[in-house]
Amino acid sequence: MPQLKDIATQIRRDIVRMVHGCQSGHPGGSLGCADFFAALYFKVMQHKPQPFDMDGGDQDLFFLSNGHISPVFYSTLAHAGYFDKKELSTFRKLDSRLQGHPTTHEGLPGIRIASGSLGQGMSVAIGAALTKKLNNDDRFVFSLHGDGELEEGQNWEAIMFAPHHKVDNLIVTVDWNGQQIDGTVEDVAGLGDLEPKFAAFGWKVLHMDGNNMDEVVATLEKAISLTGKGQPIVILMKTVMGKGVDFMEGHHEWHGIAPSDEQLAKALAQLPEPAELGDY
Amino acid sequence: MVKDIQPLNEKETRAGFGEGILEAGRNNPNVVALTADLLGSMKLNAFIKEFPDRFVQVGIAEANMIGIAAGMTIGGKIPYTTTFANFSTGRVYDQIRQSVAYSGKNVKICASHAGLTLGEDGATHQILEDIGMMKMLPGMTVIVPCDFNQTKAATIAIADYEGPVYLRFGRPKWPNFTPENQKFEVGKAQVLHEGTDITLFACGHMVWLSIEAGKILEEKGYSVEIINIHTIKPLDEEAVLKSITKTRCAVTAEEHNVLGGLGDSIAQVAARHLPIPIEYVGTNDTFGESGKPVELLKKYGLDKEHIVAAAEKALARKQK
Repeated sequence: MPQLKDIATQIRRDIVRMVHGCQSGHPGGSLGCADFFAALYFKVMQHKPQPFDMDGGDQDLFFLSNGHISPVFYSTLAHAGYFDKKELSTFRKLDSRLQGHPTTHEGLPGIRIASGSLGQGMSVAIGAALTKKLNNDDRFVFSLHGDGELEEGQNWEAIMFAPHHKVDNLIVTVDWNGQQIDGTVEDVAGLGDLEPKFAAFGWKVLHMDGNNMDEVVATLEKAISLTGKGQPIVILMKTVMGKGVDFMEGHHEWHGIAPSDEQLAKALAQLPEPAELGDY
Repeated sequence: MVKDIQPLNEKETRAGFGEGILEAGRNNPNVVALTADLLGSMKLNAFIKEFPDRFVQVGIAEANMIGIAAGMTIGGKIPYTTTFANFSTGRVYDQIRQSVAYSGKNVKICASHAGLTLGEDGATHQILEDIGMMKMLPGMTVIVPCDFNQTKAATIAIADYEGPVYLRFGRPKWPNFTPENQKFEVGKAQVLHEGTDITLFACGHMVWLSIEAGKILEEKGYSVEIINIHTIKPLDEEAVLKSITKTRCAVTAEEHNVLGGLGDSIAQVAARHLPIPIEYVGTNDTFGESGKPVELLKKYGLDKEHIVAAAEKALARKQK
């Protein structure tokens, strides 16, 4: 088993290569969340890549609500064994299962809901968590959301619902990178401090540095230890958009643009290929 | 004879839904019900009493309800979402599009108080565009049963029909004339009366009004075929073509905008295979207003007299 940090580096290499390969996609948020995905799929979650089971009974489930960071999701799923990593080269191209935003429609293993139109994933995750309870399935449901995405009202319907219905097998993470397409979240439509907001709605709130692997693993494991206590759990995860590629770090301009050939070379030089995994 | 078709009684189609979901729940332990603060209007009390753990009160948060329903299918549940037709469709179109239809989830979107017959609440609640919105979604099945018994049967049947379904019904007491305990076949048009001069295609409450119109046309000497298109999508094209090949003219009747509804679906089949005169009974690109259901149907051109007039117009065009 490679080190989680090496897995995250490999995922970052894939992200910049995939987005460069089709000259389209969202590298910024994807890079920022690579550590979270590596920790979740290679350490924290109990899941079975093969054969892929849509219902996911007796497994932990993950839902990506901010679907535009599909590159990080696809690379993670490929390295976790859901499909061959060679398929990453088809990202955003005609006839690919790796659509611009994740979908079940083309039958890509590992994807359980379409996302892209923002704000819908928390409701879906709640629904899957309710079904687990009805089925006496004691595994957990994880989800990831952008901070800018919280501007969508449906999230707040879901944020009200989950504590009221004691959905305590749900671990929501918010990528609090402070950036969205038009600028910083605080400039566009400031969310203020998310902790008292979630706490007031009745959530158990945790914080973590999403780019510190040890902290990510420890916080996700702590979140699991807090399940089953009548409260949903939210992890407010501070990340740096573009993490790992110095010229992308912290710049909202890298939300949704592709690197040039020269920028790709510069980026890959900062992300040495780990011995145990390897590029697609 | 059309005049031999008589109602058994008058009941709300939504009450048929309430009885149907109770039976579906008894038949299949995976059936669950969700509502957005309308359990009484949606007649869910009996289901909730028998299956309290399989009911989710979402509150006034329809977008959340659709998303939760989509998520509940993961693990095998068959969620029935319930609210008024306006809040079941227009308010949550993108949630249905992405989380249900595009994701191919087995959600049953059950919508009451559709159309003008919702009555006094007025245009904010009287959706007349929902059939069009739902039938345009790839993979969505659209069902508009005609009376209490058929709504009950359809509600039971869709539990065993894999894939997203939009089930549309209404608020008022309405003539209940189809058989009790009928078997409902999704996608199969129902010929209620055979005739040779003209076909009346109708859905929902307008089926009974088409029967009433058929009685008048019969007295005038016409041989009228009446077909209940309870499933607008997938449309039973074979039944439509078989009928219009015989009658060579038609009227469509729906409690919906003529743009995008049942009439458009029938006309598309005719245009591709057998162009014939068709007249449309429905609302004409307008919003509704407050009033009693019968008054509204008359004002907006959806009563039996308007169906008769449309039929005579189609018959006259055929003779030219």
